[in-house]
Amino acid sequence: MSSATRALATDPALAAPPAGAGPSRRSRVKWGPLLLLLPAIAVVTMFFLVPLVDVFVRSVTDPEPGLQNYEWLLTNPVNLEVIARTFLTSLVVTFACLVVAYPYAYLMTIVGERARAWLTLFVMMPLWTSILVRTLAWMVLLADTGPINDFLEAIGVGRQPLIRTTFGVALGMAQVLLPFMVLPIYSALAKIDRRLLSASSSLGANGITTFFRVYLPLSRPGIFAGSITVFILGLGFYIIPSLLGSPKEAMVSSLIYQQVSVFLLWGQGAALGIALLVVTLIILVVFNRFVRGASLAPGVEPE
Amino acid sequence: MTMKRVLVAFSVLVIFLLIVPTLVIVPISFNASPSFNFPPEGWSLQWYENFLTDREWLKALGNSVLVAILTATVATVTGVLASLGLSRVRFRGKSLLENYFLAPMIVPGIVIAIGLYSLFIRLDLLGTIPGFVFAHTIVALPLVIINVMASLQGVDPRLAQAAASLGASKARTFFTITLPLIVPGVTAGALFAFVTSFDEIILSLFIQDPSLQTLPVKIYRSVTQSTDPTVAAVAVITMAVSVTVMLVAQLATRKRKALT
Repeated sequence: MSSATRALATDPALAAPPAGAGPSRRSRVKWGPLLLLLPAIAVVTMFFLVPLVDVFVRSVTDPEPGLQNYEWLLTNPVNLEVIARTFLTSLVVTFACLVVAYPYAYLMTIVGERARAWLTLFVMMPLWTSILVRTLAWMVLLADTGPINDFLEAIGVGRQPLIRTTFGVALGMAQVLLPFMVLPIYSALAKIDRRLLSASSSLGANGITTFFRVYLPLSRPGIFAGSITVFILGLGFYIIPSLLGSPKEAMVSSLIYQQVSVFLLWGQGAALGIALLVVTLIILVVFNRFVRGASLAPGVEPE
Repeated sequence: MTMKRVLVAFSVLVIFLLIVPTLVIVPISFNASPSFNFPPEGWSLQWYENFLTDREWLKALGNSVLVAILTATVATVTGVLASLGLSRVRFRGKSLLENYFLAPMIVPGIVIAIGLYSLFIRLDLLGTIPGFVFAHTIVALPLVIINVMASLQGVDPRLAQAAASLGASKARTFFTITLPLIVPGVTAGALFAFVTSFDEIILSLFIQDPSLQTLPVKIYRSVTQSTDPTVAAVAVITMAVSVTVMLVAQLATRKRKALT
């Protein structure tokens, strides 16, 4: 008898009758995983769900019960202007990211394995540095006496307002959000069956027609996924608008900060926060419906 | 082929715009004159010296490191347990639960921030280490769960069954079979959690108080209230820390891919 089998034979767990292990194991299968999930559920509930519920409650009870905060939100012209600016900025950033990311992601599909790994690494690398540090760098670059303005003056264009403009905010946001556009588009492009392109050209379509009639529609799930991610992340940005933007051209997050921290108007800040959250969720839900339909297109595997 | 060349040139430009602007902070931190002017008008280490001799900055650095280590620990332990739980349950609410854990990634930071601020006022957690750790855990946990879940998917469930059939207890099976197999994912998750906490700013701005500030909070305050270039040196140091940790995480995930 080898030592291994001896060890097996003397192991109390194995010596126990299998019939007795049956029911107890089943009950462990039932409760074990839930016990494992318990700490995470507790932490997320206590420090995420409860705070969000708290924000909602404040939005309808502070300073007195009622919907006056939401009424204020929808009737105050400054709010509407800020909301419109936030949407517009996020939309412009999304579009800019899309235009830049699409060719980049396309290149990732036509290069070799090594080059693709490098391209992925390069696009992820900015995420390794905090938004705060990157924004700090943009503050230096975009400053009125900064290097970009020095350059513009040297070539005769003259100094331009770059910092404290919505343009500066959009530039900083686009740089931070670009990876979130590149990766979904790449994964959609990588799934496209390239034989469809040969089929298209063998049927007489030229490159441009093939791109717009075959390739672009097939890449739609990636475009949607990337655009939605960039757009909703953009809506909630706070650090970049507060450091690169102008106080006169605030975005929703800055307005929330101001209401809560400066004016101590909790109800109004909370109402803005809930509105931002609800808009984000609606966009996500609508998008999920949309993409489920879109991914049924041939050549692209559904998620 | 000309099109590919155009694409390559375009992509090189994109990479340049992604990476180089941030690096401008490095020469600024060695500037001899007390300004954010670029290019610098001479070189010195005075801003680093300022940082290393200023008690307030060093205290903030200490707080940040402590909070990040504690956050990484709490997020990794709860995240690994939750991932194991998620990989075992087969009920209808599973994906709902998974989305619940990942939800903090899509909810705008400012909304979580005012909620935590409100809660922490009531619980008297403003400006405390536990307050920071729990707040940061909320945003770090999704990263741990994503990485560990990805690792767990590559583990053959028959290995754990084999261990159990050989008489290993659940705990022993986990520590001797499952854990070694998912170590790359756990490591990557823990490192992401560390960096997330170390760099976290929005939640921290709301839950700090003058007695307890983390490095990003002090950086933000310094940038908005003064023009002291010490902040550039601090930024370079935090950048070096997060890039180093992320590089290690990158190597860990690469090993994971090689294994599966």
